[in-house]
Amino acid sequence: MADGHVHALYLHGHSVLHRIAPQIKIVGAFLIVIGIVVTPREAFWAFGLYLLAMVVLAAIARIPPSFAARRMLIEVPFLLVALLLPILGGGQTVEVFGLSLSQAGLWDAWNILAKATLGLSVAVILGATTQVPEILVGLDGLKMPSIVTAIAGFMVRYVDVILSDWSRMRIAMASRAHDARWITQIGPIARTLGAIFVRTYERGERVYLAMRSRGYSGSMPASAIPATPVAQWILGGAVIASVWAIAAMAVLTT
Amino acid sequence: MHIPDGFIGPGASAIAGVGAAGGFAVAVRQAKTYLTDRLVPLAALSAAFVFAAQMVNFPVLPGMSGHLIGGVLAAVLIGPSAGYLVMAIVLGVQALVFADGGLSALGLNIINLGGIAAVGGYWLYRLMLRFSNGSSRSVVIVAGLAAAVSVPLAAAGFAVEFALAGTTTSVSLTSVLWALVGTHMLIGIGEGIITAAVIGAVVRSRPDLVYGAPTFTGERTEDLVV
Repeated sequence: MADGHVHALYLHGHSVLHRIAPQIKIVGAFLIVIGIVVTPREAFWAFGLYLLAMVVLAAIARIPPSFAARRMLIEVPFLLVALLLPILGGGQTVEVFGLSLSQAGLWDAWNILAKATLGLSVAVILGATTQVPEILVGLDGLKMPSIVTAIAGFMVRYVDVILSDWSRMRIAMASRAHDARWITQIGPIARTLGAIFVRTYERGERVYLAMRSRGYSGSMPASAIPATPVAQWILGGAVIASVWAIAAMAVLTT
Repeated sequence: MHIPDGFIGPGASAIAGVGAAGGFAVAVRQAKTYLTDRLVPLAALSAAFVFAAQMVNFPVLPGMSGHLIGGVLAAVLIGPSAGYLVMAIVLGVQALVFADGGLSALGLNIINLGGIAAVGGYWLYRLMLRFSNGSSRSVVIVAGLAAAVSVPLAAAGFAVEFALAGTTTSVSLTSVLWALVGTHMLIGIGEGIITAAVIGAVVRSRPDLVYGAPTFTGERTEDLVV
């Protein structure tokens, strides 16, 4: 059961990155990605430094390279689009390994490849070092409206219930020879999802009534958000500041 | 699968981020006016369902599959502003925890799926519902139609954003992107069928819960509790 509360991207550990307050990590991840995205694509050295920083952060968090590589697979479809650009692109061409490739297309592909991969690695490091409940605490700490954290909190608790319901139903459908290939065979999937929704809602309603009868009045008792040590903000700020310093240098020099 | 970092220029991403955040603030304020504490679990379940359903691939053609966006589904069930919130929450958690969709592109993704698919799709639904007799049967059919249209609309939103502010200068991807819209029409058919089936199941068993249906009461469990 404990597994149900640990999402697939999380990696159990006790590193500094695991311990640091989640709101710092959330703010930090956004600001670092913004720094990466505004960096001009000509500044190869900057992207090299970002990559180094990611490798260092991943090493501090003790994320094995194979784990990170598996998580990065999500961007493959977009990378395939990027790889088409040098072939489809027009304008000046250069010879690479006997292929005549568009120069502008190569730049475009590099831009997407570098930024998407670095942005993704930031998110992978965040996900690997932060559990979902911690993200919710972090959003609370960042003064998200309570209605938003309430919805998000219920949501993450029910996703696993719905997904395991769905996988049971899928096994039941498969054992009754359901093997949909064409969209016209979508009927059983659609009806199953409808049944799961009503079932989950009724379950949620029962849980809600149980909560009401135990004194729930629309918001959870304020969970003690531990005060964030100033040292953690300084540490996080230093990482963000160095990324932004690299980005600023890159913008100024190109 | 959502827009990653580096696809759309930083300026446009920033504008989209500000726009999406503004929409978020408006949606929070509006949703608070009608989301009673008992409707919060329904909104959350819609969010959980949309989250889970985005992981369920359905067949379109042999070798090609799509997954639900769930925008119109959420908006018809819990109203357009809560629907927008749900899409934003789903996308935010996906970007923060599952590394799906770039953090710098979060605003763009929220505008496409929350703004265009959920809110736009919902107004399309209201418009079409006006020309029907308002029976639960027409609620189901109209919701399915609106959901089917919302998918290529969201894809067209991405195509327009890419044409205006894409980071590629080498090749006009316009034709490729309009092909993308075309394939999303097929995915939209699946979205329409699934949305109609889910709304149909809810309308049949709990007509009081469907915000977009004329039978919506929004009060029943409250009476039951007190």
